[in-house]
Amino acid sequence: MAKLELQNLTKAYSKTVVPVKDLSLTVDDNEFLTLVGPSGCGKSTILRMIAGLEQVTQGTVSIGGRDVTPLAPGDRNIAMVFQSYALYPHMTVYDNMASGLKLRKLGVGDIQKRIQSASQVLGLDPLLDRRPSQLSGGQRQRVALGRALVREPDVFLLDEPLSNLDALLREQVRADLKQIFERQESPVVYVTHDQTEAMTLSTKVAVLSEGYLQQLDAPNEIYRRPANRFVAGFIGSPQMNLMTLERVENSVLLGEFKIELPDAARKGSSVILGIRPEHVRLPQEGDCQIVRGDVFLVENLGMSDLVSVRLHGSDDRVLRAMLPADATWSRENIELALPPQSIHWFDVETEARLTS
Amino acid sequence: MTQDYIRQRERRTGWLLILPALLVLLLVYAYPILRAFWLSVFTENLSTNLEPVFSGFENYGRMAQDGRFWASLGNTAIFTAASLVLELILGLGVALTLDQAFRGRGWVRTIAILPWALPTALIALAWRWIFNGEFGVWNDILMRLQIIGNPINWLGDPNWAMLGVIAADVWKTTSFVAILLLAGLQSIPQDLYEAHAIDGATPLQSFRKITLPLIMPQILIAMLFRFAQAFGIFDLIQVMTGGGPGGATEMVSLYIYATVMRYLDFGYGAALVVVTFVILIAVVAIAALYLSKVRHAAGVEE
Repeated sequence: MAKLELQNLTKAYSKTVVPVKDLSLTVDDNEFLTLVGPSGCGKSTILRMIAGLEQVTQGTVSIGGRDVTPLAPGDRNIAMVFQSYALYPHMTVYDNMASGLKLRKLGVGDIQKRIQSASQVLGLDPLLDRRPSQLSGGQRQRVALGRALVREPDVFLLDEPLSNLDALLREQVRADLKQIFERQESPVVYVTHDQTEAMTLSTKVAVLSEGYLQQLDAPNEIYRRPANRFVAGFIGSPQMNLMTLERVENSVLLGEFKIELPDAARKGSSVILGIRPEHVRLPQEGDCQIVRGDVFLVENLGMSDLVSVRLHGSDDRVLRAMLPADATWSRENIELALPPQSIHWFDVETEARLTS
Repeated sequence: MTQDYIRQRERRTGWLLILPALLVLLLVYAYPILRAFWLSVFTENLSTNLEPVFSGFENYGRMAQDGRFWASLGNTAIFTAASLVLELILGLGVALTLDQAFRGRGWVRTIAILPWALPTALIALAWRWIFNGEFGVWNDILMRLQIIGNPINWLGDPNWAMLGVIAADVWKTTSFVAILLLAGLQSIPQDLYEAHAIDGATPLQSFRKITLPLIMPQILIAMLFRFAQAFGIFDLIQVMTGGGPGGATEMVSLYIYATVMRYLDFGYGAALVVVTFVILIAVVAIAALYLSKVRHAAGVEE
C-alpha cells in the first residue's frame, strides 16, 4: 500500500533506440493504472523498470516516497504477474506461491494462512499439490495471480496476463481480475495492448505511443475526449472515422456536404474530423448535418451492423457507421446524420484535439 | 464395433519398418553378449590347447580370488568417480559461462567442443608428452614457478600416474559435459529467474532453487554417458601408461585385453566381460530409473 511515482523516466538502449521518453506519472492506493499502446510503444519496458528488471537510464521510480531506482527487484516489495506466468515447473502450486514468502523468512503458519486465503479467492484449493504442467492455461494464470496476491506487496505489476487465454476465458478472468483488485488497496500497474481490458479494468489509462505518453485519464474520458489523433484512432472498436478535410471559411467540405466548424477549430487550411461509427446514425428530426452515400460493405456484428458508405461527391471518402441490425443495408443510397456534439476535431499539424 | 483398419495397417507397417534395425541389433549386440555368457562357463586357454572344456562357474570362482582383477576394478572405480566429479563441476562452470551473452559466444562454443572432437589416441599422446619426466611442459611450468625443485616422472610414478590419466580424461570430456548442460541451461526461460528475483532471491539462491533442479535431468544424462565411457576406458590409458606403472593405472578393460590377447585365456576373459557387463547394466538401469523420477520432479511433461 504505497503510492507509486515515476519521475522523468527514460530508457535508452542507444542514442537512437529510446523506448521510453521522459515519462512522469503517479499511481495512488486503490488506483488501477493500465499502460496501453501498440507493440513497441514502451509499455513493457516501463513495467520492467518499475520492477527493477531493466536499468533506468534517467529519472526515478519511487514507492511510498522511497526512491527504489537503485534497488534490486527483491528489495522493492513488488509482485509481478508475467505474460508467460513464469511458474516454477518443478514446484507444486503451493510451493510456487510460498517461494516468495519463504525467501522473505515468513513463518510457516503465516505462509499457510496467506496461501489459504488466496487459494480460496482464486479457487485453487484442489490444485495445491499439482505441478504447473498438470494445469490448464486458466489455472496456471490463477496460480500466477495467487503468487502475487500472497506477497501482499506495495505495488502489483501485471504484464499482459490475459494474452495467453482464449477469448471466452479471457472475458471471464477479466471480470475476476476486476473484483480481486477492487478488494486490494495497493496500486496496480497493468500492461496490455487490448483496449477492452484497459477500458474495463482501470481507474486510469495511460495511452502510449513511440515512448511518449499520449494521454493519461479515466477510461471514459479517454473514450469521450481523446487528446489527439493517435488516441482517437487507438481507443474504440470499431475504429473512429478520421478524415483530413479542407477548410472553407467556417466549415469543411466532406464530399459535397458542408460540416460547420466550432470556433476553436477555425484555423489552418485543413482540419481532421473524427467521429465514432457508433455515433453516426440515421437522420432524425432536427438533424442538420446529413451526408449521403452508397453502401458498399456490411459487416454483421450481431447486435448491430457495421456499414461502410462511400460518400457522394468524393470517391475515396468512406464513412463507417454502426446501424441497427434489424434492416438490410445492401447497396443502397443512404442518408446518415453526424451529430455535432459527437464530432472530434484535431489539428492537422500537431494532431492535438482542438475542441474542448 | 468396427475394426480400426487404419491403426492396424499402421501397426503392421511399423513392425515391417523396424524389422531390419531389429535384426541388426540382435546380430551385433545380443549375439556377442550371449556368446560371451556361453564362453564364460568354459575353460579355454593354453593349458587346454585352446579347446573349450566345460568348467561350470569355475571361472567366476577364480575371479573372486584374483587380486589383479579386484585391483583393476578399484582403479576403474577411482578413475570413474574422480573424472565424473571433476567433469561435472568444471563442465557446469563452463556451461554457465557459455550461457551468458557475450561477443563471439558462437565461436567460443565451437572451440569449447574441440577437445572432445579430437581422437583420444592423439590426445593421450599429447598428454604423455606434457607429463614427460625430462621434456614435459608440466614439469617446466612447475619448476619455473618453483613449486617443485626436481623434475617428476609423472606417468612413471605409481602415486602420480592415476592423477595424470584423470587430468587427460577431464581435459578431453569436460566440454562434452558442458555442451550437454548448456542445452539444459538454455531450456530454462529467463522469466523464471526474473520472477524469482522479484520474489527476493539472490543469484545464488536462484542457482540452487531454479537452475540445479531444472538441469538435473541433463546432469544425470551427462553422468550416465560419462559413467559408461569412463568405466570402459581403454584407448587413453593404453596410449598414456599402458596400465602401468606396475598396474597402478590398469583398468578392467585393459586387464580383459591382456587376459584375452596376451594370455590367450578366452574362457576367463569372457567371464571378466560378463561381470563388467553386469555391473555396467546395473548402474545404468538404476540411473535410468532415477532419471525418469528426476525428470518428473523437474516438471517435464510426459
